[in-house]
Amino acid sequence: MRLLKSQIDQKHGSGFATFLPEEPEDMWHAYNLIQPTDLIRAKALRRVQKTSDSGSVSSERVKIDLTIAVTSTDFDIGSGQLHVAGRVAVENEYVKLGGHHTLDLELNRRFTLEKVDGWDSVALEMLKEACDTQRKAELWAVVMGEGIANICLITEHQTILRQRVEVAVPRKRRGGIDGHDKGMEKFFWTTLSTLLRQMDLSSAAASTQPEKTVPLLIASPGFVATSFLAYIKAEATRTTNKPLLALLPTILVAHSSSPHVHSLAEVLASSVITTKLSDTKYARETALMDKFNTYIRLDDGRAWYGPREVERAVEKGAVGRGGGVLLISNALFRANDVVERKRWVGLVDRVRDVEGGEVRVLSSLHESGQRLEALGNVAAILTFPLEDLDEEDDEEEEVAEAPVVEEEDMII
Amino acid sequence: MKRMANFVVIGHVDHGKSTLMGRLLCDMKVVDQRSLEKLRKEAGNIGKSSFALAWVMDQTREERSRGVTVDVATNHFETERTRFTILDAPGHRDFIPNMIAGASQADFAVLVIDASTNSFESGLKGQTKEHALLVRSMGVQRIVVAVNKMDTVSWSEERFKDISLQMSTFLTTTSFQAKNITFIPLAGLTGENVTKKVTDPKAKWYTGQTLVEALDTSEIAKRDVKKPLRLTINDVFRGGITNPVSISGRIQAGSVQIGDIILAMPSNETAAIKAIEVENEPVDWAVAGQIPTLHLADIDPVHLRSGDVACDPKNPIKLIKTFTSKILAFEHVLPMSVEVFRGRLQAEGKLKKLVATLNKTSGEIMKNKPRIVKPGEVARVVVELDRELPLEPGTRVVLREGGNTIAAGLLEAN
Ligand SMILES: Nc1nc2c(ncn2[C@@H]2O[C@H](COP(=O)(O)OP(=O)(O)O)[C@@H](O)[C@H]2O)c(=O)[nH]1
Repeated sequence: MRLLKSQIDQKHGSGFATFLPEEPEDMWHAYNLIQPTDLIRAKALRRVQKTSDSGSVSSERVKIDLTIAVTSTDFDIGSGQLHVAGRVAVENEYVKLGGHHTLDLELNRRFTLEKVDGWDSVALEMLKEACDTQRKAELWAVVMGEGIANICLITEHQTILRQRVEVAVPRKRRGGIDGHDKGMEKFFWTTLSTLLRQMDLSSAAASTQPEKTVPLLIASPGFVATSFLAYIKAEATRTTNKPLLALLPTILVAHSSSPHVHSLAEVLASSVITTKLSDTKYARETALMDKFNTYIRLDDGRAWYGPREVERAVEKGAVGRGGGVLLISNALFRANDVVERKRWVGLVDRVRDVEGGEVRVLSSLHESGQRLEALGNVAAILTFPLEDLDEEDDEEEEVAEAPVVEEEDMII
Repeated sequence: MKRMANFVVIGHVDHGKSTLMGRLLCDMKVVDQRSLEKLRKEAGNIGKSSFALAWVMDQTREERSRGVTVDVATNHFETERTRFTILDAPGHRDFIPNMIAGASQADFAVLVIDASTNSFESGLKGQTKEHALLVRSMGVQRIVVAVNKMDTVSWSEERFKDISLQMSTFLTTTSFQAKNITFIPLAGLTGENVTKKVTDPKAKWYTGQTLVEALDTSEIAKRDVKKPLRLTINDVFRGGITNPVSISGRIQAGSVQIGDIILAMPSNETAAIKAIEVENEPVDWAVAGQIPTLHLADIDPVHLRSGDVACDPKNPIKLIKTFTSKILAFEHVLPMSVEVFRGRLQAEGKLKKLVATLNKTSGEIMKNKPRIVKPGEVARVVVELDRELPLEPGTRVVLREGGNTIAAGLLEAN
């Protein structure tokens, strides 16, 4: 995202910034930056009715400057559209103060964001990240199995499932009609044409870098990925399709344990990929979650998850200098409740500035962020073991337990 | 009616499953000598003559050229007493989902173990244990352990005893009952102790059953013939020019006959049964325990997918999105993304809540809201699926993540 102008007081955080979103991913950044109570200013089209002197009514679209105080945001991951709802904060000729209005933010349309309570540390960090102009890694991925393929676009901050392909492939059977090979052929054909259509759409959307070829990763359990690559090669030669031929050298084939999207985490963390796409945010975040999982398996009280547990660990000074790590999903900062956001910004500030620990904000749209989400969106690796951080939660729950009468010696 | 039994064949890659089953089919005269000679020639042509027997089972070209079993192959043979269906499951870890599908259709399991030096040990570290755990998790109670390739260890009694001891210790801890475990020393390649008693003088010490005798005396699971129909669809295909839509799969409960109307779930579409085949022979009806092919009318194949359930329209199976399950953990379990397997069904979901860890035998609560469930522990958890699926209390599921089986589950009433 291009930062056109910014006037933010370093000390108090008050002020505004003007942005120009240029790539689809920038809409995701905008979504993370804009909070309820913020003021947002952008041009909007408004249909205005005019009554002429003769009494005839005409309708006309005028471009107006609109400033709204945000009440909610709505982001569509698939299309990258961001709708910001709010109340008019600056009155003019066309709009009344306090009137409801929805702004649709778009690529290549500037907007100005002002934080009424000032830019907190997390917001400033997000702004820096959003406007980082370094070339970012981008990757298409097809995670597949027999008859099922998930076509994903992976960017620095998002894993977007663009389309899911499902084609019924009959199992192999003896003699008679063998629908298996034919089914696979149809499945590959459908997957490839869907993939090409998706790639086409997105290179049209990314108007700034239309020429770049994004690498393609194909992953599956067993031999499906390898067979699909062979199919693509054969198709490229047969049809002499230019974009397809250009794609061939960028293709990476890897092993995944399942055809599901969440297998991507393990594929992207594997050395096949990390040597090709070094140091992506994705790989770093996956490595962190793996580290957390290793600790929690040791079960020595050095890894905790869940909002209250982690807050207690921080209070006890266990997430500080010398290896303390706070893992937190950016979903928590998007909380529509301002108090809730303050709670998490406060925790981040305390760990980083007071305790001297490390803070990692994970993107909720990557697989690692989803692993964190399952754990309550926040987790921590402690510098010393703590027990029973979850104790108070243990108020005896009413669980009706029928006596188990089974012939087997185990209940399962 | 003759006794019917389905068994799944499991074991680590290369331990000789396919060869053993090929041998069984040849010696039971299911595969004639001519076909076998033809396979021998083909295998010889690519320099892999020892694979000829395995090819009796391995069907697709891919499997032949790569020499691994991928999907579940079914074959049939019969003894005086029983009609058997063999479900030959793939051993490679990538194809464990197919193995789960195979196990969910089985009455008992044949576990093939390579007795040759080091192979048994590496298999133990590999899939041998996971497979045994899985079949047990899918509800299989009886297991016949084929201690294979005994020819490579000169029919050593000591080796056989050693392997039997180690395996029975492991199998009993995974809750197979000792009386339901049988060990047979054999050699698939030569056929000794498969259908014919071993004649090698070095094997004089063994006077027990052959594999076929052991299978023939294996008790089979109870059949729920009287309950409403539940058939898990294993495959949807074109059964021929006159049968454009056909399905196959095991009847878990109930029965079907020609003319019946079935309801496919989750699509909620009905179909009429035009014809039924069991083991490639036309029949008028089929009952729980059998794996029939149903030729259908009045339904578009888009409404049928493998993993779906065909049920009685008057007693349909419900679709659910969230379920509570008792689990036996094989790995550490945290709230996380999981893949849920039930037979051929494979679905994405999230393990939302660890409700409590439970006492293994009494089912009493040990700890509420545990932070983590450790391998070997039994717990009650809540799983939320990404989409609604036909599942009901008493169903056995397997939970996997990242290519590992993390737990076996039994659905509880919500
Ligand atoms: N010596 C010996 N070799 C065997 C025996 N059974 C199988 N094999 C060999 O072991 C290898 C693997 O067998 P295969 O049936 O393909 O194993 P699968 O992967 O478990 O199906 C092949 O080379 C077989 O010829 C046996 O009883 N004795």
